[in-house]
Amino acid sequence: MRGKRARLYLGFAGLVVALLGLFVLNVNSGSVSLSPGEIWTILLARGGDNGAIVWNIRLPRILATALLGGALALSGFLLQTFFANPIAGPFILGISSGAKLVLSLVMIGFLSRGVAVGSLGLIVAAFLGAMLSMGFVLLISARVKRMSLLIIGGVMIGYICSAVTDFVVAFADDANIVNLHNWSRGSFSGMIWENVGVMAGVVLLVLLLTFFLSKPISAYQLGETYAQNMGVNIKAFRAVLILLSSVLSATVTAFAGPISFVGVAVPHIMRSLFKTAKPIVMIPACFLGGGVFCLLSDLIARTAFAPTELSISAVTALFGAPVVILVMLKRQREQL
Amino acid sequence: MNPFYVHTQNMTVGYDGVPLIRDIEIGVRRGEILTLIGPNGSGKSTILKSIIRQLKLLAGTVALDGRSMAQLKEGDIARRMAIVMTERIKAELMTCYDLVATGRYPYTGRLGLLTQEDHRIVQEALLTVHAQDFADRPFTAISDGQRQRLLLARAIAQEPEVIVLDEPTSFLDIRHKLELLEILKDLVRTRNVAVILSLHELDLAQKISDRVVCVANNAVDRYDTPENVFQSDYIEALYGMKSGSYNALFGSMEMAPVGGTPHIFVIGGGGSGIPVYRQLQRRGIPFAAGILQENDLDYPVARALAAELVTVPPFAIIDGAALDRARKAMDRAGRVICCVSRFGPGNEGNRLLRDEAERRGLLTDSGALLGEAEP
Repeated sequence: MRGKRARLYLGFAGLVVALLGLFVLNVNSGSVSLSPGEIWTILLARGGDNGAIVWNIRLPRILATALLGGALALSGFLLQTFFANPIAGPFILGISSGAKLVLSLVMIGFLSRGVAVGSLGLIVAAFLGAMLSMGFVLLISARVKRMSLLIIGGVMIGYICSAVTDFVVAFADDANIVNLHNWSRGSFSGMIWENVGVMAGVVLLVLLLTFFLSKPISAYQLGETYAQNMGVNIKAFRAVLILLSSVLSATVTAFAGPISFVGVAVPHIMRSLFKTAKPIVMIPACFLGGGVFCLLSDLIARTAFAPTELSISAVTALFGAPVVILVMLKRQREQL
Repeated sequence: MNPFYVHTQNMTVGYDGVPLIRDIEIGVRRGEILTLIGPNGSGKSTILKSIIRQLKLLAGTVALDGRSMAQLKEGDIARRMAIVMTERIKAELMTCYDLVATGRYPYTGRLGLLTQEDHRIVQEALLTVHAQDFADRPFTAISDGQRQRLLLARAIAQEPEVIVLDEPTSFLDIRHKLELLEILKDLVRTRNVAVILSLHELDLAQKISDRVVCVANNAVDRYDTPENVFQSDYIEALYGMKSGSYNALFGSMEMAPVGGTPHIFVIGGGGSGIPVYRQLQRRGIPFAAGILQENDLDYPVARALAAELVTVPPFAIIDGAALDRARKAMDRAGRVICCVSRFGPGNEGNRLLRDEAERRGLLTDSGALLGEAEP
């Protein structure tokens, strides 16, 4: 018992320290390097020579990365719980791609008429797309019981959505394409404070709601029959779980495009770190862990080949995909 | 006032709106064990799943504690009814203790945190099923027998008035089957809970049930006391047994007898004949058996396996008529094994038979006879 508690405190302390450390590193690095002293002055005095860079570019990007990373990981955790499938995630199941498709349609449609779409509008569009993919995934899951088939179905839905998106982009105006192309590959660049405000509102609200669902989620982990016997209203609970995970992945896609593997990998890393699957621990842990994972990935994306910026998915896949393979191998071993 | 704690009224069950069994009327009182028996695929699980609301009822109601379950709140049902089902639980990274603690769900607050009292109840449940020694082990790392006990502990921690179990003894060895049922019986006695379960082991069902529901051919065929249900003819018909037989008194089954002209006459009595009957049956050798009083220990097995049987009524002295019949059977078989070594007034006839066989050179040593057939 005492060992468990110590692991809990150490784990969360480690995540917070990593988050703060990456925050400093991310503010510090870029085309203009800043010393920690300088950063301190800028943050406190809101001034200095490079104040604009920090306040208008780096800070919103860092906050957005942490928030959206947390949202992705949390969405992955919810989907893994919902489908009782350890390699489920918003990207793998095609939910991010569905969100991307509807978003592209909306953006091209509105931009070509010269109408700007607000942050909330983007989230709504992405949410509709996410629900569209989710609908197909649910149809598949009702018919197949094998975990691997569900994943294959999700991946196929993702490909279909991406293909349709490519068609749409091909017919769009030049100026839009550049913008869209960057975003459709996934990127945390170009965040402005207005975006950060909206996403913080949405993501933190969902985080809070999810945290208060940790009790029924823990029951659901034993399977539907037992959950129902414990007093969980299964239908309502499933609907809420779907809604929350879709809102999370839609929000991420609306602002940063589809980002791969964070949703699958982070919950696993957190499970092995904390040695538990209890939602009351996993929900905050995934949120913090997702932030750490994405801040680190974004740091690498920005600095590895500076001034060229890598797409964020290139980095997250590099770290995330091996985790998925390890998980599958571990499962296989356990089943033998 | 409804005497039953759980009572199905005109309950029709089935899958996807297609009725499988109609108008089921069964009930269980507190302090009673109700057992569902019947062939594979007869619908036992369907009935249980409908009672616990995993399947929607197609008609009728299930009353729990006198009120329709459809009108009860989820939490109210959870505090009254606990389940142990056959589906495998995926309890990733959970210790056995954690799993049992999930039984406290209906009693904990919004975040599901356990109080001192909850921990005490979990400990007690672990003790009840003798699982305290492996409480800290991962749930995925324990044996089938331990797992079933733990799932029962989980149900006990839920402090229910009724526990529903679907084939809880399948895959358990004989010791673990007994342990599990002992624990159930104890729960019924000490906590006055009601138990509804399905069993494949008829012998166990006969021993622990207060009432038995027989399910066959998509119908509840009987709902009665074990004394009335466990009759050889009825059980054979219920399961549609085409060969072999069922002995209701001992709750055991026997293989079909080997037909044909008997090659050997077996003199038995007092249980001495049974191992020889079985050996001959295994070898496929048709045999005659005698002379048995119909209350002899050997009688049920001889009746099930022998091609020809010479008996006298219970407690009767073996008379001349019986001896004549035995002599004829012995002549036809041509060889005799005598399993009996002690004779008294009750089986004096068998001693005469044995002496005669010996005189005529028909008596064969059972060890030698059965040994010679060995490859």
